[in-house]
Amino acid sequence: MSESLVVPTMAEMLAQGTQPEVLFWVGCAGSFDDRAKKITKAFVRILNRTNVSFAVLGTEESCTGDPAKRAGNEFLFQMQAMMNIEVLNAYEAKKIVTACPHCFNTLKNEYPELGGNYEVIHHTEFLKSLIDEGRLTVEGGQFKGKKITFHDPCYLGRANKVYEAPRDLIQKLDVELVEMKRSKANGLCCGAGGAQMFKDAEPGNKEVNVLRTEDALETKPDIIAAGCPFCNTMLTDGIKHAHKEGEVKVMDVAELIANAQDL
Amino acid sequence: MSYLDNILFAILLVVGFGFFTASVKKIIRNINLGVDVDRKDNPKARWKNMALIALGQSKMVRRPVAGILHIFVYVGFVIINIELLEIIIDGLFGTHRIFAPYLGVVYDVLIASFEILAILVIIAVVTFWIRRNVIRLKRFVSKDLTGFPKSDANYILYFETVLMILFLLMNASDLHLQNVPGGYSHFHKAGSYPISQFLAPIFNGTSNELVGLLFEVFWWLHIVGILVFMNYLYFSKHLHILLAFPNTYFANLKPEGQFDNLASVTKEVKLMMDPNADPFAAAPVDENAAPAKFGASDVQDLNWVQLLNAYTCTECGRCTSSCPANQTGKKLSPRKIMMDTRDRLTEVGKNIDANKGVFVPDNKSLLNDYITPEELWACTSCNACVEECPVNISPLSIIMDMRRYLVMEQSAAPMSLNAMMTNIENNGAPWQYSQQDRLNWKNEN
Ligand code: SF4
Ligand code: SF4
Repeated sequence: MSESLVVPTMAEMLAQGTQPEVLFWVGCAGSFDDRAKKITKAFVRILNRTNVSFAVLGTEESCTGDPAKRAGNEFLFQMQAMMNIEVLNAYEAKKIVTACPHCFNTLKNEYPELGGNYEVIHHTEFLKSLIDEGRLTVEGGQFKGKKITFHDPCYLGRANKVYEAPRDLIQKLDVELVEMKRSKANGLCCGAGGAQMFKDAEPGNKEVNVLRTEDALETKPDIIAAGCPFCNTMLTDGIKHAHKEGEVKVMDVAELIANAQDL
Repeated sequence: MSYLDNILFAILLVVGFGFFTASVKKIIRNINLGVDVDRKDNPKARWKNMALIALGQSKMVRRPVAGILHIFVYVGFVIINIELLEIIIDGLFGTHRIFAPYLGVVYDVLIASFEILAILVIIAVVTFWIRRNVIRLKRFVSKDLTGFPKSDANYILYFETVLMILFLLMNASDLHLQNVPGGYSHFHKAGSYPISQFLAPIFNGTSNELVGLLFEVFWWLHIVGILVFMNYLYFSKHLHILLAFPNTYFANLKPEGQFDNLASVTKEVKLMMDPNADPFAAAPVDENAAPAKFGASDVQDLNWVQLLNAYTCTECGRCTSSCPANQTGKKLSPRKIMMDTRDRLTEVGKNIDANKGVFVPDNKSLLNDYITPEELWACTSCNACVEECPVNISPLSIIMDMRRYLVMEQSAAPMSLNAMMTNIENNGAPWQYSQQDRLNWKNEN
């Protein structure tokens, strides 16, 4: 845990005349949100351990524009997109990995039309490929036998049909993976998408994250796994609302892998 | 004199199909009020979608009970059209079961399967009626399904029941006359009647003439009923039996998470970001450019696929029942978004009809008069409604286009969202952190 992280930037790489295998797009949550920063670091620890050559944009990274676009501000979105594309293209980025499904979706699907063509992968898919290639081995470790349920982030699951990679990773941990009554294509939103994260909910009789946490708690899990920093926040709040923070933890799939390996 | 029947029948057909054609034309005109969008790419995938989803009902069976019952009604409907062809020919030429001699055993099988389907349709329809009116499934009793839409659903069920009963009675009387000792009129033996053979005995003891007359009555009521039903479609959610096909064909093929990038915005943003552009130069005039309006406030601002969606919506409420906002008591109901769009489109169409082909502004719009900002802002853009819709409708695309109008034309986003957008503009993040601090996490513990 104590070894410090090695996080090269694209600028540093370029100065040395090298290109990383993959550009790690950290995202706003992953850069600034205290909870999400832990996910970022867990993922970097795995990258460091497996000697994946990667780099971040660092201070040259900016918001992908996803929340602006979902809020209806196409102008702001496209300005962000074009600025980011300029930076990415200047570094000749080819392969991008990100731990945020919103960044993932936007970079993958909405940037190409604006001139940004990259191979974009979610970190769960990337970790899966590391395992498949034999570069990363995972054993149960501290999670052996635990009951884990996975919440499908809308922008990873329904929006891009990535359902299996996170589940495959969780199953590698020798745990009991339990499905909620609504999962995969039928999953229920955590309530944060579509820029809802940044505003109060409209009047109703319940918060979406509370309802979704109820779905998760019905499976009586030890851990609720997620693959999105926003889902993570919403579900963590839901757990607090249900006064279960002592019993149930919300963790990103990358954290599960990193912790299982005592990284 | 003996041709009176045939002439009357021909007139009826002409009138029935005439009205129907007029309605179809109106629907096409109204759909074309929408903005153009290209949905002609990748015909292979489109045909496949249509085959699987409209023809194959693949998304219906995600809810197995409704799905299987719906398949009965649907197959019953499709197959009965073959029977209808024979009825029309018999009606026009005064023949009796004209296909029978040509098809032989196949004909027996056909008629038998129509009968079995007819009874399955009745069973399905009765179950549907019970679900709506006795069990009162939540998605059928919500407040966006009152008034006509609620009765509409029941009318369709009554109609189908009556049509099926008439069909069976018609066959029963036919069968009775076919078996009259010595033969009756032109009723030769044809067909096999697994269901109506049990109904036929009710005619025992009745004079041949009366049964013959009853047969005529059932026959006429059945065909008139079908013509009326066909013309009722225009007013009803039942229009989906036709539009589900084009609707699934033209449905979005891109990943659900991919929203379109407004091309008009791209042009302006490129100009703004081009260091060589003269910021004081007048914008180049594009003769063909429509007056720029960002997003949608009325049906004419939506694209034609969204309008086709509105006509196709079956009001089943599967979208609404899976919507997280709706499940948590918020005002948003994706089904209502679709119904509102159709209602407004119908209103605009009537306006055009009343004003000799041009739309005269009526001081109303889809936004506010039908759909409120509160509904629009409750959407999490989760795509559950899109995933769930059995005919591939996207309520979300309409919601997004209307949000765009609120934000880009009216600057009417909720305050907190404005703050978020200002942060993105100034700091490159939705929160108020400096872009210079982006890598600080690296050295924090
Ligand atoms: S995309 Fe919006 S309208 Fe559709 S289900 Fe999700 S929250 Fe509801
Ligand atoms: S949009 Fe689709 S799911 Fe929703 S009510 Fe209409 S047909 Fe049903």
